[in-house]
Amino acid sequence: MSSPEQWTHPEPGVGPAATAAAPTAEQVIAGLRATSEGGPELVQLLTPEGERVPNPEWDRYVADITADDLRGLYRDMVLTRRIDREGNALQRQGQLGIWVPLLGQEAAQIGAGRALKPQDMAFPSYREHGVAWCKDVAPSDLLGIFRGTDHGSWDPIAKRFHLYTIVIGNQVLNAAGYAMGQRFEGKVGDDDGEATMVFFGDGATSQGDVHEGFVWASVYDAPLVFFCQNNQWAISEPTERQSRLPLYQRARGYGFPGIRVDGNDVLATLAVSRWALSECRHGNGPVLIEAFTYRMDAHTTTDDPSRYRLTDELEAWKLKDPIERVRVHLVRHEQADKEFFDSVQAESDQLAAELREFCVNMPDPPKERIFSQVYEDGNPVLAAQRDTYLSYASGFEGGDH
Amino acid sequence: MSLITYRQALNDALRSEMLRDEDVFLIGEEIGQFEGSYKITAGLLAEFGPKRVRDTPIAEEGFTGAATGAAMVGLRPVVEIMTINFSLLALDQIVNHAAKIYGMFGGQARVPMVIRTPGGGGQQLGATHSQNIELFYAFVPGMKVVAPSSPADAKALMLAAIRDDDPVLVLENLSLYNTKGEVPDEDVPGEIGRAKVTREGSDITVVAYSRMAAVALEIAGKLAESDGIDVEVVDLRSLRPLDRDTVIASVKKTNCAVVLEDDWLTYGIGAEIAATISDGAFDWLDAPVRRVAMAEVPLPYAKPLETAALPSADDAITAVRETLDATARRR
Repeated sequence: MSSPEQWTHPEPGVGPAATAAAPTAEQVIAGLRATSEGGPELVQLLTPEGERVPNPEWDRYVADITADDLRGLYRDMVLTRRIDREGNALQRQGQLGIWVPLLGQEAAQIGAGRALKPQDMAFPSYREHGVAWCKDVAPSDLLGIFRGTDHGSWDPIAKRFHLYTIVIGNQVLNAAGYAMGQRFEGKVGDDDGEATMVFFGDGATSQGDVHEGFVWASVYDAPLVFFCQNNQWAISEPTERQSRLPLYQRARGYGFPGIRVDGNDVLATLAVSRWALSECRHGNGPVLIEAFTYRMDAHTTTDDPSRYRLTDELEAWKLKDPIERVRVHLVRHEQADKEFFDSVQAESDQLAAELREFCVNMPDPPKERIFSQVYEDGNPVLAAQRDTYLSYASGFEGGDH
Repeated sequence: MSLITYRQALNDALRSEMLRDEDVFLIGEEIGQFEGSYKITAGLLAEFGPKRVRDTPIAEEGFTGAATGAAMVGLRPVVEIMTINFSLLALDQIVNHAAKIYGMFGGQARVPMVIRTPGGGGQQLGATHSQNIELFYAFVPGMKVVAPSSPADAKALMLAAIRDDDPVLVLENLSLYNTKGEVPDEDVPGEIGRAKVTREGSDITVVAYSRMAAVALEIAGKLAESDGIDVEVVDLRSLRPLDRDTVIASVKKTNCAVVLEDDWLTYGIGAEIAATISDGAFDWLDAPVRRVAMAEVPLPYAKPLETAALPSADDAITAVRETLDATARRR
């Protein structure tokens, strides 16, 4: 069962749970183990044990990465994970309405995010807190969305990081249009060219929007990197319910290259993303990257994954932790000492404390904002509704309402 | 009779119909292993197996279209669209295919399909996940749309929808799922296209459906106590076909009306009810028909703002009082 194509053609009684009528526990585990391998096509530069695997095709894209850079990537991932865990905890404490965890996907997001140049545009879904970090969006700016006090308080043009998109796959078409614009305006063609990267998940690949995004980007040669984080689960549905063949192979049908990278390997993700962005900025886009990773936590804080997946699978993926392999590598090669790890830990504690402080002190938005932040100049109907509502609401001032 | 939740009533109806008719099957995202995002399909995969409870790829147009095809050859699919907001992705299949096939092809094929989907805000799910867009479907000839407000109606109308030979959208509501009510143990399908006077009264008619029909009953009780106002409540239950006669008969009795709706005011369901009253009972009206609806904004996510934007029982009470004041016959 090593070839992913075989996963959806199991012999009766074997194969993954998703394709079996009534899977046994053994089938579920076997299927999950198979999906966690990623297949021989997987680009990997750093093994889960922290060993650097030479790769003549991909090494050149990270040849400039020094020990200092690697420590930087480590720091990025640790801080991103801390932001994520803090967001999760704040939701559990009732400070946020919902949180969307990225736990386990730090390498995929930091590898991609650090490959982006300042001129590159990124379109996130709702889980890309790590990419936001790379694009210098303050972590505290993410909290307002999940607390419901604002709609995303960063400037998407200034940060080159679009606002979070909740609707599944929606942003892929927006990104296709944006990248077409980059192309039409002549912003591609050399090392200083622009590119766009759009983030979506394995579940989104079943959406018509994503298909149409593939078509549009390809026929207009748009400088667009489709960055699919295959975290194996679309809420409760496994990847086998979305595709018969590995997702990266879909690109071929649309006429552009697709590649599968170990999404838990920050170095490999960085290399592959740099290559893909370079192809795009030189006019050879689009490119599809499938970052093979795993959603270690729930879909959102409203989800309970224990209802549909086994802890065995989670345990297997813990061994492939994206941060641990870099840590082991740094230690083994004496590229980082205790002082470094302690300082990152201290920085992470400080960041978490600041986030908590910021979150619990966020003021409630004024009631007029439902009206004032919808249209730039407002309109008479809305103004009348606002006046009526505010005068009505003012009657309750000082009361329990 | 049993005292059960709206959620359980729907689950019971699905299970009953699956036992009664082997052609009935369920299809949608997360409905099997996960038992539905709102657990309406709880236990059904275990009981009926994956042939009749189909988890699908995350592709609404795909599974709605597939169900339409299955219905054309005689199966009776019950499609779950996780929330009505996601039905927008399947709009073409619903409006241009499911609703058209019977009429456009001279009755050669019918589409006995049910789309069950919850609408409603108030759960802090944000603007794209909290809409009330049942109007889109109630607008389309060839569709039927029912909107039960009580557990008993939820069961009766779900049974009727599954047995109906046309595409029926069953509008559920997130905030009603946990409400309880007496539900007959036996399977008695309701009548699609029939409104119900859920409270008789003589002073004013309140017309509503789905969640707001429950709110209407609540405020009727309050107003009887606080103001001595005798409210008659008309629960539409079906948005297409629309039971205009029951609405008109009630207004002829009370001479004034307020419509409560969870959707946006402009072009909303309430506008159709107001027009219906104007057509059928104009000379009986003592005051203009009032509508209580949601603020015309994308629904905010922040709890205080969301609450402020949604129509409330207080809004409805104010509208009833003001309408009665306008008739100049309020005590």
